[in-house]
Amino acid sequence: MSAPATTPDLLYSQEEEDLRAAVRDLLGDRCDPASVLARIESGEAHDPTLWKSLAEDMGLAGLLVPEERGGQGAGHREAAVVLEELGRAVAPVPYLTSAVVATEALLACTGPEADRLLAGLASGRTVGVLAVSLTGTPGDAPRTATVENGALHGEFTGVADARAADVLLVPGGDGALYAVDTTARGVAVTPRVSLDLTRPVDTVTLDGAAATRVADDAAGPVERALRAGAGLLASEQLGIAERVLTETVGYLKDRRQFNRQVGGFQALKHRLARIWLDLVNLRAVARSAADALATGSEDTDVAVAVAQTYAGRVAVHAAEEAVQLHGGIGMTWEHPTHLYLKRAKADSLAYGSAGRHKERLAELVDLRGPSA
Amino acid sequence: MTDASDLRRRTQDLLAAHPPATTDRTTFLEARFDAGLAWVHFPEGLGGLGLPRTLQAVVEAELAAAGAPDNDPRRIGIGLGMAAPTILQYGTEEQKRRFLRPLWLGEEVWCQLFSEPGAGSDLAALGTRAVRDGDDWVVNGQKVWTSSAHIARWAILIARTDPDVPKHRGITYFVCDMTDPGVEVRPLRQITGEAEFNEVFISGVRIPDDRRLGEVGDGWRVAQTTLNNERVAIGGSAVPREGGMIGKVTATWRDRPELRTHDLHQRLLDLWVEAEAARLTGARLRQQLVAGQPGPEGAGMKLSFARLNQQISGLEVELLGEEGLLYEDWTMVRPEQVDFTGRDAGYRYLRSKGNSIEGGTSEILLNIVAERVLGLPAEPRTDKDVAWKDLAR
Repeated sequence: MSAPATTPDLLYSQEEEDLRAAVRDLLGDRCDPASVLARIESGEAHDPTLWKSLAEDMGLAGLLVPEERGGQGAGHREAAVVLEELGRAVAPVPYLTSAVVATEALLACTGPEADRLLAGLASGRTVGVLAVSLTGTPGDAPRTATVENGALHGEFTGVADARAADVLLVPGGDGALYAVDTTARGVAVTPRVSLDLTRPVDTVTLDGAAATRVADDAAGPVERALRAGAGLLASEQLGIAERVLTETVGYLKDRRQFNRQVGGFQALKHRLARIWLDLVNLRAVARSAADALATGSEDTDVAVAVAQTYAGRVAVHAAEEAVQLHGGIGMTWEHPTHLYLKRAKADSLAYGSAGRHKERLAELVDLRGPSA
Repeated sequence: MTDASDLRRRTQDLLAAHPPATTDRTTFLEARFDAGLAWVHFPEGLGGLGLPRTLQAVVEAELAAAGAPDNDPRRIGIGLGMAAPTILQYGTEEQKRRFLRPLWLGEEVWCQLFSEPGAGSDLAALGTRAVRDGDDWVVNGQKVWTSSAHIARWAILIARTDPDVPKHRGITYFVCDMTDPGVEVRPLRQITGEAEFNEVFISGVRIPDDRRLGEVGDGWRVAQTTLNNERVAIGGSAVPREGGMIGKVTATWRDRPELRTHDLHQRLLDLWVEAEAARLTGARLRQQLVAGQPGPEGAGMKLSFARLNQQISGLEVELLGEEGLLYEDWTMVRPEQVDFTGRDAGYRYLRSKGNSIEGGTSEILLNIVAERVLGLPAEPRTDKDVAWKDLAR
C-alpha cells in the first residue's frame, strides 16, 4: 500500500474564500429557505433567475473550463467551494449536473462540436445534462441508446435535472457519445415525483431523436464525469452538514424546556459535538478529493472513493439528527430541515453509494474480500 | 536569523562542526542545544533562537537527512511536551537555566504529579496538601497514573495551598524532587498486565519555595499550559497513510486471506476510511498551523484517535480467530515508554482502552467541543463558589 507522493493542499486560499463570500452573499439574498420551499411547492423545481446570476453573471458555470475553450480557467478546488455554498442553501440550480458532470464529459472530448457545446455550458446559457442515472458510479458501464441511421432510441431513468436541460449527452450503443437537443422531435423528458425536490430526477425517452456525435468513445468522458461528480459532491455534502449543524446548535441555544436551554443537556451536547467531529473529517476528505481532481493526482481514485465512502453517512446523520433535535417543529413541512434531509439522503445515492465506493476502494488499496 | 535558509545554514554549520558519524551522542546533543537548534521557538540561551515554532521542521529535516542522533523524545515526552513549556512560560530565569538543558538532553527525566484517586476529570478538586513552613513547603498526599515516576528525577506537581477558597483558586504549582525520601513510587498494574503507570505517595516532602512555578494560588492557570500541551502531544503527530493502528490490521488482512469474512471486510473498509479521514484532518490541522491559522479542529483529534484505536484493535482480535484467544505475556513489567501499536493484538486492544481516559476522558472532551467550539451552555456548576474544604467527597 503506497502512500500518495505529495500531501494535498487541504486549506482554502484567499481567492477561494473571496469566491465563497460572493456566492454566499448572493444566495443569502436570493435563496433563503423560505423561497426554496415556495419554489418546490410551485411545482417548478429550478430557479432560472438564480441560475442566470450564478452561471452567467458570476461566471461560475465555466470554472472548470480553460479560458481558450470559453471558460474561467479555474478548477475543482474553486468549484468545490461553490458546491459547499450551494449545499448550504440547498439551491435548486443544475450546477453539479451541468457545470461539473456534463462539463467534465465534454472536457474529455475534442473537436468543433464538443467545443461548441462546452462553450455554451461554460457561459451558463446552455444547461447540459449527462443522460446517466444519478446513481451511476465511476467505473460502471452506463446504459446506452440504440443508434439507428444516426437517430437515438432508448429510455434513461433517474436522470437528475433533465427537465432543466437544453442538451443531453447520451452514450450510444455503438460506443460513441452523442448530444441531443431536448426540444428536438422524439425527445421526451418525463418528470418523476422525487424524494429531493431541489434536484429532481426524470425519465428521458428517446424515440428516433436526432443526435450529433460528440466523441467516438463515450467511456472515457463518462468515467471522468462521474468521478468528478462523485469527488465534488462531497463538498456539497459538507455544506449541507455544516448548515444543519449550525441551525440545530442555534435552535438548541434558543429553545427552553425544564427552565433551561435545551442545548445545555449533556446528552444533546455530546451528540452535537460528535457531528462536529464528523464534519471536521468530512472537510478534510472533501478538500483532499477536490485537490486531487484539481492537480490530476495519481491518488485521485482513492481520494474520491474515500470522500464518497465517508460523506454520505456524515451528511445524512447530521440531517437526521437535525430533525430529531428540533423536536416536533423538525417534522413540519414549513420548517426547512426536511429540505436538507431529503437532499442529504438523495446525495448518499448520487454518483455511487458508500457501499459501491467501498468496493472500488477495496481494489484500489488492495484490501480484497474473502474469495467467493 | 529570520528565515528558513538562514536556519538551514546554521544547522549545516552544526553538522560540519560536529559530524554525527564521528561525534559522541551526548556531545552532539549538547552542541545542538547550545546552537539554539533544540527547539527554535525557545529563547536564545535556552536551546532556541526565538523563532516561530513551525521553523523547527527545517532543523529536523536537515538533521534527519544527516543521520544525526536525537534526544529519544518518546522517553522524555512528559518533560518535552508538558514540563518544558510550563517552565518556559512561568519559571524564573534561574529555574529555566537550571531545568531546561538537562531536560532536553534527556539527562533528567520528568513526570507529572496531577491526578489523584479522588480527582480525575475533576482535577481541580485535588487534595494533596502543601503547607508553608519557613522557606519550604511541606507536602502530603497521593498521586496516581504517573508514567515514568520510577525513572524520573523531577516532577511537576500541583497541590492545595489554600483549602478555604473555591477549588480552582487554592492550588499552587511546584517542581518536586523525586529523589526525596518522602516520595514513594509503587507500580500500578494495568489490565494489560504491565505497570506503565505508578501510584506516588508523598509524605512530608519538603519543597523549597524557589521550586514553585508561578504565584501561590495560581497553580490552576499554570496547569492549563501543561494540559493543553498534553492534548497536542497525544493527538498531534504526523502519520503516513496506513500509519498507526490501521497498518497493523491491514498487514494481517493482506498476509492471511484465510481469516477474511464478509462482515469483517465491510468493517475493515469503514475503519480504513475513517482512519484516512482522521489522518487527513491531522494533516489539515498542521497546514493550518503552518499557515498561522490555527482552528479548533485540534480539539477533536484525540477523540477520533481514541475511538479508532479501540475499534481497529478490537477488529484485529476478531480477525485473528482462535489466535485472538491468546495473549503474548501477562508478566508484570515496567516499560520505560509506551507504544500503543506495540506487542500483539490483545495488548493493543487492552491498551487502547486507556486512550479515551488518559489526558482527558472522551466525555470531558466532548463537553469541551460542545462548549468552546459550538458555544453551547456549560454544565451546571454547584462547586464554583464553595470553599474546597466544604465540597462533598
